Amino acid sequence: MSTPPTPVRELPHKHYLNATYGAGLRSWLLTTDHKRIALLYLASVTVFFFIGGVLATMIRIHLLTPGGALVTPETYNKLFTMHGVAMIFFFLIPSIPAVFGNFLIPLMIGAKDLAFPKINLLSWYIYVIGGCFVLYSFGTGGLDTGWTFYTPLSSVYSNSAVTPAVLGIFINGFSSILTGLNFIVTIHTMRAPGMTWFRLPLFVWAHYATSLVMILGTPVVAITLLLAGLERMFHLGFFNPALGGDPILFQHLFWFYSHPAVYIMILPAMGVISEIIPTFARKPIFGYAFIAGSSIAIAVIGFLVWAHHMFVTGESTYAALTFSFLSYLVAIPSAVKVFNWTSTLYKGSISWDPPMIYALGFIGLFVIGGLTGLFLACLGLDIHIHDTYFVVAHFHYIMVGGAVMGYVGGLHFWWPKITGRLYPRALSRFAAVVLFIGFNLTFFPQFILGYLGMPRRYHTYPPEFQVLNVLSTAGASILALGYLLPMSYLTWSMRYGRVAGQNPWPATGLEWKTDSPPLTENFEVTPVVTWEPYDFKNRPDLGLATGTPLPAPALGDD
Amino acid sequence: MSEHIVSPKIYLAIFTTLMAGTGMTVWAAFQNFGKFNIVIALAIATIKATLVVLYFMHARYSPKRTQLVIVCSVFWLAIMLSLTLADYNTRRHEGRLASATTCYRA
Amino acid sequence: MHRTGRLYGQFETLEQQKETAALGMWVFLVTEVLFFGGLFLAYTVNRSAFSTAFGAGSNTLDIKLGGFNTVVLIMSSLTMAMAVWSAQVGKKKLVSIFLIATLGLGTIFLGVKVIEYKQKFDHHLIPGLGFDMRYRSEHPTATDDPKEMAIEKEEVEKTFAVDPDTNAHGQLYFSLYFAMTGLHALHMIVGAGLLVWLIKGSFAGRFTPQYNTPVEIVGLYWHFVDIVWIYLFPLLYLIDRHR
Repeated sequence: MSTPPTPVRELPHKHYLNATYGAGLRSWLLTTDHKRIALLYLASVTVFFFIGGVLATMIRIHLLTPGGALVTPETYNKLFTMHGVAMIFFFLIPSIPAVFGNFLIPLMIGAKDLAFPKINLLSWYIYVIGGCFVLYSFGTGGLDTGWTFYTPLSSVYSNSAVTPAVLGIFINGFSSILTGLNFIVTIHTMRAPGMTWFRLPLFVWAHYATSLVMILGTPVVAITLLLAGLERMFHLGFFNPALGGDPILFQHLFWFYSHPAVYIMILPAMGVISEIIPTFARKPIFGYAFIAGSSIAIAVIGFLVWAHHMFVTGESTYAALTFSFLSYLVAIPSAVKVFNWTSTLYKGSISWDPPMIYALGFIGLFVIGGLTGLFLACLGLDIHIHDTYFVVAHFHYIMVGGAVMGYVGGLHFWWPKITGRLYPRALSRFAAVVLFIGFNLTFFPQFILGYLGMPRRYHTYPPEFQVLNVLSTAGASILALGYLLPMSYLTWSMRYGRVAGQNPWPATGLEWKTDSPPLTENFEVTPVVTWEPYDFKNRPDLGLATGTPLPAPALGDD
Repeated sequence: MSEHIVSPKIYLAIFTTLMAGTGMTVWAAFQNFGKFNIVIALAIATIKATLVVLYFMHARYSPKRTQLVIVCSVFWLAIMLSLTLADYNTRRHEGRLASATTCYRA
Repeated sequence: MHRTGRLYGQFETLEQQKETAALGMWVFLVTEVLFFGGLFLAYTVNRSAFSTAFGAGSNTLDIKLGGFNTVVLIMSSLTMAMAVWSAQVGKKKLVSIFLIATLGLGTIFLGVKVIEYKQKFDHHLIPGLGFDMRYRSEHPTATDDPKEMAIEKEEVEKTFAVDPDTNAHGQLYFSLYFAMTGLHALHMIVGAGLLVWLIKGSFAGRFTPQYNTPVEIVGLYWHFVDIVWIYLFPLLYLIDRHR
């Protein structure tokens, strides 16, 4: 009943990338356009991803031999600390929300911009300032406390540049808070006519939940690190037992944010997956309300579990039991999501496009990461595997296998919208598989190492662990290729890729109903939403005639 | 949003109550109620804070959404305080903090 | 920034813009609650561990200055609320008057705070080297009443008898005292800056019954800072006053 969209040869005449506000660089540094700010974030988080990645490579090279192949023990402490700080605070936490959330939330809800565009730009500048403090710390003595900054090591004994790092993370916290605030207010007040709460894309629901964690958790870590910094600068005793303070109090306050922070990283990735799966299964998502609700449930329950990081600190046994039990509860909403995604795939008309391969990879890795999380939530078992490579493997499965897979998958899914151009199909599918294999080879051996008793954060290990460590390092080199490939062909495609058109996949979201790249104002007229989310049947505008074979997405140069 | 204008009379009444509350909390602090001194002090402070939120900040006349935001902030504060104190209050080795210093000094 | 009720590009209606601004401020205040919440938790844990030293520390504070400041701050909340009301009913002159009154009261509060900090400095009660809970009673000045000093000395010695580490634990009390009141004062200073901006606007007659969002949301912030003090006053000044 309708014709497939005609192939587009040229980018739209006017869009946010070529609309000039002033001259050159100024039009970027003073922009209040959420799409341009998203690209500013994209560039800056990539810088930190590179720094963190180089440090990770050095760690893996060092661990090739039992005695340590590369650096001194002191330097090794700095390597893993700086890797953690760069990756967690400056890559993972801002990655999907500040890049894709920024770019897409207004487009997805049919708004012209976020509620507070100037605050949005401000939060990027705050991020940059915080980042400069941390880079200063890296460059002037490094940081060796572990990314957790446990006191009194960080506040008294460490000889590295802790103060600027703590200040940098404190400052960066406000960037996160302002982003979360902006998203929450935007989702409440800026929705287009007809865009009811239960017509919101699940990506938006996931970001709503993420923003809740950002505004409720981040202030606590900000004040905690401020106190630790004051303790270091003025020799105060808040968390220093020698002066009567309590280091466990620091851990309580720190993990009150830093456990939920894991959900800042994974929830947006889950939102990305919830967009990709129905698009490439050509089916409405299974259990929309449950996926939306489970995002909120994860955000709320995530605040009740933090002391499972502290089972061996001497906290009360009763508290530990309670926290252990509550930690199991997080599995329920997480499983709801996984089951709903797989149910969506069931009898779907699946196309193996690059974003879909990343999404399927995400599901596999997230399941492993999530299930091993249950091991760690178990009070008795955690005593055995606490602070071993089992923990390292578990959280890398969630943060890298989950969050970064979601990030790279999202990059492939929305790249045509962001740049207006497509990337090579075969190469990108190959890259997704390389990433998946490299990741598993890097981190699966670490589960075994941890279970056998290799502690984390040690620069040396007994000779019998060498085989597994070499496997892990070999995997890391494949993993690096898996990241470098997309970086190169995506960059290539910005200039040479085929023009994508409005909706290359096609997908159902509102962001696909405007030009690629979109106008500065996003839509020529404010859209009115009359359809349900992920409904492929009643959408003649997608060019999918019911009952007929589906056209293959217009992707690829090969 | 139909704006609700609170009359200055109500503001003045609230102000008077807050002043009375301040007087009461100072008076109560000089009485010996044992463990209940802190309870009374916090109760008075909470009543005062509630009055400020409801009338000076117009929460009573605000949309439901705003009221939900306020409830959330109190709820999350309660999570943080209660779960952390649940740990401190159920430790077997009581007075750990106090003894830690003495150990170090010895 | 002189826009009288201008509609910003991202909004459809003025009403939406107003609602959005108010919601934004409320959400920001949520983060502030949690920000101060961390400090209150640290306070609670340490106070329950070292109640004796905290009582002694609290008794060194000047309850008259603290009480005076509480009254001043609550009054400034009243004038702030009245400024919002004046804008809502369109009394442009009153807006300026009430805003200036609020700023004046806020400044008085900060001035008194400076006096208090100076006292603590003179009495060797700044955490760090030289901190000594005994210093005050052992070094009375000419203006001190000898009788009162004798009582104070007795009290301090009693504290040391119960908790020999009073100097360590007293430092914890004062670390928290300075962190909490310092952060509160910092919020007051930010609030004062916002008030100056509002006063400038009110002189230009910008705030009308149709457009008074800035006054309203700065008001929310100011009242929140007042609420923090409502808790800080009994928690810091009024511990163990009955002995």
